[in-house]
Amino acid sequence: MKKWIKMVLVNLELIIMSIIVIVPVIWVVLSSFNTSTSLATSSLIPKDLTFNNYVELFTKTKFATWFINTFTIACLNAVVAVLLVLITAWVLSRFNFKGKKAGLMTLLILSMFPSFLSMTAIYSLFVALGLIGKPLSLVILYAIGAVPYNVWLVKGYLDGISISIDEAAYIDGSSKLNTFFKIILPMSKPIIVYCAVSQFMFPWMDYILPNLILTGEKNYTVAVGLYSLITGKENSYFTIFAAGAVVIAIPITILFLIFQRYLAQGISAGASKE
Amino acid sequence: MNKGIKAAILSALVWGSGQILVGRQRIKGLMIFLIQALCVGIELYTGYWIEYLMGKVPHFNLKIYGGYFTKALWGFVTLGETPGARNGDHSIVLLINGIIAILLLVLILAFYIWNIIDAYHTGKRIDETGRYISSKEYLQHVTSKFFPYLILTPIIIGILFIVVMPILFSFITAFTNYNKNHLPPANLVDWVGISNFVKLFKVPVWSSTFFSILGWNIIWAVVATFSTYFLGMFQAIIINSKYAKFKSFFRAILILPWAIPQLITLLVFKNLLNGQFGPVAQMLIDIGLTDYKIPFLSDPFIAKITIIMVNLWLGFPMFMVMIQGVLANIDTGLYEAARIDGANSLQIFRGITFPLVFKATAPLFIMNLASNFNGFGIIYFLTEGKPVNPNYHLAGDTDILISWIYKLTLNERMYDMAAVMCIILFIVVGVASFYNFKHTQSFKEV
Repeated sequence: MKKWIKMVLVNLELIIMSIIVIVPVIWVVLSSFNTSTSLATSSLIPKDLTFNNYVELFTKTKFATWFINTFTIACLNAVVAVLLVLITAWVLSRFNFKGKKAGLMTLLILSMFPSFLSMTAIYSLFVALGLIGKPLSLVILYAIGAVPYNVWLVKGYLDGISISIDEAAYIDGSSKLNTFFKIILPMSKPIIVYCAVSQFMFPWMDYILPNLILTGEKNYTVAVGLYSLITGKENSYFTIFAAGAVVIAIPITILFLIFQRYLAQGISAGASKE
Repeated sequence: MNKGIKAAILSALVWGSGQILVGRQRIKGLMIFLIQALCVGIELYTGYWIEYLMGKVPHFNLKIYGGYFTKALWGFVTLGETPGARNGDHSIVLLINGIIAILLLVLILAFYIWNIIDAYHTGKRIDETGRYISSKEYLQHVTSKFFPYLILTPIIIGILFIVVMPILFSFITAFTNYNKNHLPPANLVDWVGISNFVKLFKVPVWSSTFFSILGWNIIWAVVATFSTYFLGMFQAIIINSKYAKFKSFFRAILILPWAIPQLITLLVFKNLLNGQFGPVAQMLIDIGLTDYKIPFLSDPFIAKITIIMVNLWLGFPMFMVMIQGVLANIDTGLYEAARIDGANSLQIFRGITFPLVFKATAPLFIMNLASNFNGFGIIYFLTEGKPVNPNYHLAGDTDILISWIYKLTLNERMYDMAAVMCIILFIVVGVASFYNFKHTQSFKEV
């Protein structure tokens, strides 16, 4: 009898929590098929369904351009950032040299500074270098900015790979860089996946830096574009925004669910190494 | 005089000369000398020093006749002398150029000092062994010993300009009067010492706003972190319980808030909870729970509750997943032993589960606390800090420090006061994270 009550309570709790989690999600998905365009008339359950919002998303707004911009930035960022982070972490993990501890401390402190607070200077620097308005200039910011944030995590992972593997390679006459690319890199797949996916996902939702650096609608990333659709225009563009949100959220969510094992491993490996 | 000191003195005067004359390392010495020649060359080429020394410049002033480095330093110290867009000085450009030149000078100085030390060691080795090391041998030695530095140098330079320079700039801005009354190029910016800090704590309108926002900021960070952590832990235990059915199905649903891009979620909630047009407020009227539209995001108190609830929705899945991982690794033998000793479920939780889970997730907990303290996204995209509080200085009731700083920068152009707050924020978060990292395992192994 007591077991029976426990079973009901546990499963009831799970059902209630799932409903709380799923309702806003369903609402957006349904809104994106809603025939009316405004927020006021988008009741929780729409009366008629239409694909019109998706059509308008690609015809009325520059969504396709925003998508391509973001996709390019995200791919380049994933490749460049992973390479920079891994090389830095590998050097810090495998070699002993003067200033190593101080360097690691500096990276730690730098990573605590909220990056967008220094935006005035970045803006002025990019104006001076002529990089304002170019989507690729974001890659420079993201990839180099990723180094302080991820080095500790990746270094922690590489520390876990036995150094005797490196030494065996050196004895066989492998050079240092060769050892890195041929032996260490293939062995660090989980952490590479973690870094690459998180760096790939970041540009999709970063709003502040692209908003500052990318001027002109054709240079927007998805985040800036979507935000521009609903600020002050809830009543004319809301359902188109919902369509855009669904288009972006589905691939990112699926990607996240596939790689969440790596994410969980990555975060906990960096946070507590025991 | 021994060769070490002789080489050091020579290299201190002309770079690389100690290496060439004493150490007989011609190529290496020449490379070092070329770097000095390059630095001096840039300064001479961009300036008018030679003309000045020849007496061709009657009224010398650094702004017009200085070279790259001296001109940049002049700009950094004075922040410009004549305002105006056409021929005037742009204080902020001067300030940034000054910082860049100072960073370069620091790099050059470091290289200069290394050059002297290297000359000393080269000379000393000859004194001791009587053997001369050729540049080629040295190169081989260097590539193995200085390998880490060689690899890291480009990355360090990148970080220096993309990460460090902007941070230095925003720190330095706190000591100037860079705000909407002193916007270059129409006006000049000046150094004002620590008067901005004094203003923040002494001028009532600033200090009262600052401390009110700081108070809510702390409450927000603590409540947000604790609520998500404990809901996450509760949910992890429920899913792990042997009574739960369809575990992976529920887990897949409950993980969604973590998986869906946060910006989208926040914008959706902003619309869902919109007090005027939002469907939730309307629905509550329709089913008869309330007879007016609840101002979820526009009443000072309700907005704060809403923010915390939305954050709970967003934040619990991460802790749920993490804690589930820890629970799976707890030795079941511990539970059996406790049960044999007659412990009930609550005692087992307090004595075994909770301590083990907390120990494993403590760093994550503190990292989350720090990131909530600076949780810009949720505040800004949900409420933009609104409703506006007339007693606050340019801030709203739900503003936390970082969103206030963002407004001061972007809307009010008070770069100076924003920079002061940046420094304070940096110290608060920095101390917390530093403490955290010092107590985690990965740091002790460095």
